[in-house]
Amino acid sequence: MSITLNDAIEFITLEADLLDYGQFKEWLSLYTPEGLYIVPIDPDATDYEKTLNYAYDNAEMRQNRVTRLLGGRAISAMPPARTVRMHGRYRMLEADETKCVVRCAQMLTELRQGRERYYSANVTFHLVKTDAGLKIDRKIVSLLTSTEALTAVSYIL
Amino acid sequence: MTILPDPASLVNEDRADGSIYNNAALYDMEMDSIFKRNWIWVAHRSDLPEPGSFITTFIGQHPVIVSRDRKGELHVLLNRCRHRGATVCEHKSGKTASFVCPYHGWAYGQDGALRAVPQPKGYGESLDKSKLPLVSLKVAEYNGMIFATFNQDIMPLDEWLGPAKIWIDLFMKQGAGWPVKTMGEHKFTFPGNWKIQLENTTDAYHFPIVHKSFLDSVDNETQNIFDFVEGDGFVEDLGNGHSVMVMIPELIDLEENLDAPVPERFQELADALSKDYPPEKVRQIVRAVGGSGFNLNLYPNVACSMAFFRVLRPLAVDQTEIRHIAIGMDGGPDIANEVRLRLHEHFQGPMGFGTPDDSEAWDRVQRGALAGYNIDILLNRGLGHEAKRESGNLFSDVTAETGMRAAYKQWLVDLTCETAAEEAAQ
Ligand code: FES
Ligand SMILES: [Fe+2]
Repeated sequence: MSITLNDAIEFITLEADLLDYGQFKEWLSLYTPEGLYIVPIDPDATDYEKTLNYAYDNAEMRQNRVTRLLGGRAISAMPPARTVRMHGRYRMLEADETKCVVRCAQMLTELRQGRERYYSANVTFHLVKTDAGLKIDRKIVSLLTSTEALTAVSYIL
Repeated sequence: MTILPDPASLVNEDRADGSIYNNAALYDMEMDSIFKRNWIWVAHRSDLPEPGSFITTFIGQHPVIVSRDRKGELHVLLNRCRHRGATVCEHKSGKTASFVCPYHGWAYGQDGALRAVPQPKGYGESLDKSKLPLVSLKVAEYNGMIFATFNQDIMPLDEWLGPAKIWIDLFMKQGAGWPVKTMGEHKFTFPGNWKIQLENTTDAYHFPIVHKSFLDSVDNETQNIFDFVEGDGFVEDLGNGHSVMVMIPELIDLEENLDAPVPERFQELADALSKDYPPEKVRQIVRAVGGSGFNLNLYPNVACSMAFFRVLRPLAVDQTEIRHIAIGMDGGPDIANEVRLRLHEHFQGPMGFGTPDDSEAWDRVQRGALAGYNIDILLNRGLGHEAKRESGNLFSDVTAETGMRAAYKQWLVDLTCETAAEEAAQ
């Protein structure tokens, strides 16, 4: 049986919860070893490896990012910004028994140093089914404002 | 009537008053005296690759178009229609034969000449098109760096850059024999004054403190390279507000020391390149990919910063936009350019492991400097052992604030020179 939209939504909601509640080590385990966390700049880019992104994290960089968030040695993450994110408008783009591509909207509010900031994004998840359940093979966070000037984002979108 | 601040009372050789970051009247004076009078960096040659190429950008608050005409000539034009003032182009970059104002359809050439207006009869004989081109600024280029200015009487760019030119040439060796090209940018704002960023480019002192978490994320060899605060580096005043901060002296000239061993983090790249290039070329490319060992601060708005261009744009007295422009080898191997992109993403930009921490520190300066009255910002580090080169340039150790002193020296010249005073009085 193909991966269902409900399975995907349940998984994506878990990911969001782990990030908002700072459970970054658990978050790391949601990815496949070859998985990528990508925040592109160019909305038309398809070959992210060949273009400049905000983030293009393989397993090592994701681990580094988490160390940075938890390590207490980065002044922009001491403490990390608090975030609340909501997903909706889910659409299954492709699905079979072993993998699927699902797209959704993400609205995120950040609070740090008394400043509230907002980021909207279209997020595309490439998920694969493993013995340990669904895993992320690619998560692409396309910010609505990706080509505008952002402010420092010392957390995971 | 507002009483204008007296710049000379705010900045000394070794200190500045904290209000320089938050005095709005002073900020307005700066926009005129600095951003209207000096050569301001607007683009890199590779942003305008062919006839018809253009980009839009800003000089201080003024929107401008940088365009390359049919003959390859560069023009920097105010992005303001001569009819009733609308911007004529809102695309960030592109290729065009003309700029047509969307409001009433006045059409301008790549060189800014007014070519045609709809229904010209309504003007009778009164419209002299030759008198109404897009306003053209003075433009000049050095080794791919394109600058423009409102000031028609300014000294030639060559003279303005002076000894900084040698450092630009050294920086461009990152092309490894190919021309340097821009490869995208990270753009972000921080809630603080533009001079806080200007200072930071010549501030090696902060590196091991602010960038601990970046250093945690790289291998030992790279940590050692970045362990430069007690090394043989230096900061040198290059005149006209420019300065260079050499952090890693071995990486001043990327075409030297080519027989040095390949750093471990680039071994994989070197192996891959070896399939297509002879060993000497491989080492040249790999060294270029690692970036230069210095920051060249070109007053007031651009820096050749180790491996990228850093461009600042003041938005308000307490708001600044910064662009970190990635560079690479135009025509060079893709795999090497991709490594450059990954290195850029690792440190730079709003989600890098370096920039957000810098940004936090600058944000703190803006907030903190609001506390109290008449309290100095210190600029005296390295002053005691500052010395003069044969050229007359002042220099001191790598963590010295010599570069900041150089910038503030020019800042004071700009704000107190006669034309600035006249303009302020108008
Ligand atoms: S404002 Fe441009 S044509 Fe009228
Ligand atoms: Fe820094």
